[in-house]
Amino acid sequence: MTAKKELLQVSAVENGTVIDHIPARKLFDVINVLGIASCDNTITFGNNLASNKLGKKAIIKISDRFLVDEEIDKLALVAPSAKINIICNFEVVEKKTVNVPKRVEGIARCVNPQCITNHQNVKTKFDVVGSAPIVLRCLYCEKLTDQEHIEIL
Amino acid sequence: MNNCLISITDYSKEEILEVLKTAARFEECPNNHLLEGKVVASLFFEPSTRTRLSFETAISRMGGRIVGFADSSSTSTSKGESLKDTIKMVDNYCDLIVMRHPLEGAARFASEVASVPVINAGDGANQHPTQTMLDLYSIYKTQGRLDNLEIFMVGDLKYGRTVHSLLQAMSHFNPVFHFISPGELEMPATYKLFLDSLHIPYHEHRELDDVINSADILYMTRVQRERFADLLEYEKVKNVYVLHNSMLAGTKDNLRILHPLPRVNEINEDVDENKKAYYFDQARNGVYTRQAIIFKALNLTW
Repeated sequence: MTAKKELLQVSAVENGTVIDHIPARKLFDVINVLGIASCDNTITFGNNLASNKLGKKAIIKISDRFLVDEEIDKLALVAPSAKINIICNFEVVEKKTVNVPKRVEGIARCVNPQCITNHQNVKTKFDVVGSAPIVLRCLYCEKLTDQEHIEIL
Repeated sequence: MNNCLISITDYSKEEILEVLKTAARFEECPNNHLLEGKVVASLFFEPSTRTRLSFETAISRMGGRIVGFADSSSTSTSKGESLKDTIKMVDNYCDLIVMRHPLEGAARFASEVASVPVINAGDGANQHPTQTMLDLYSIYKTQGRLDNLEIFMVGDLKYGRTVHSLLQAMSHFNPVFHFISPGELEMPATYKLFLDSLHIPYHEHRELDDVINSADILYMTRVQRERFADLLEYEKVKNVYVLHNSMLAGTKDNLRILHPLPRVNEINEDVDENKKAYYFDQARNGVYTRQAIIFKALNLTW
């Protein structure tokens, strides 16, 4: 029953993207990294919804917008548990899990204040050395940035 | 790019051994013409007299020419020129770049921008791989091997980049580590996890006492006052990690004491005359080791 109801909820967009299974306290991070605040599309979101997996979850529905790879990488860094549903004509036509990439470029800030990337115009580059939780290793200063300290540029 | 030395982890075990062999050859024959006709840029965005003189001696003894600066106050960096632009410009002039920079990761970035090889002479608190190579050369030379040694590291093991890089490099050679430090300055968890993952044994101690009797190498570092949030703590520990000649009575014959220098008071001067004191010879080894690193960076042949 619950699954059906869920599907119904998800399908309430005619065409667009539904991002589901966002941890409740990460909703606003996701809104920030995807630039949803300044987007003109019709958007609905819910927070603190009951979830078997996460306890409480958040969901975002964006009409007439589909995420590009770079946006999915950003999403992966702040909410790796999120699921993406692509909706056409009220139907879920594709379900995607978010994959944490092996290499992250130009998306996140290095946590080390003495890192060259925080002082000069140098694009950040990280190897992803842990995925649950996410740990990034800066290719320049070699310091680790953990999930709690990931700041999206 | 490939011949750069930015981080000690850029060298494999085989490359480390290859460079140490080359260094031994340079020790026999430090004066040569291998760099004749070559120009090396020596870019010290932050002053470091010891490292710069060592590099410039290495280059001069190989017949190379040096351009560069000893600190960035007299360069266009002080006018706001970006590191990228400085490197792009220098790249046009020289065959090799040696650089020291206060920001971490600066050398890696320079190696991406430059077409000539870059050797990192220290990037902030991050890496100083030529120091590590000279430490390895000193260990190799005094012990006749790198394998199966008991290495004691003493003092500031939290912030000391030399001990972190040495730990990474020695991890190829089946060592046993001992860490002697105050609680505030103990070896960071990330390096202990690294050793755990390789099943390399290590022991932690709080006291510098006869525990050192099993040591092959005693690597001393400076406990710096500015590292302590609580100055009372500093006052409590500042004299605990000082080595005196009398403490060496029960140590092994082959023990050698290393220190990256400059020392302040962590090795009493009464140790200097002991044959186990090796820190000044260690500094001389830096010239041969840097010659060998340059030799590799430029793909030179004898």
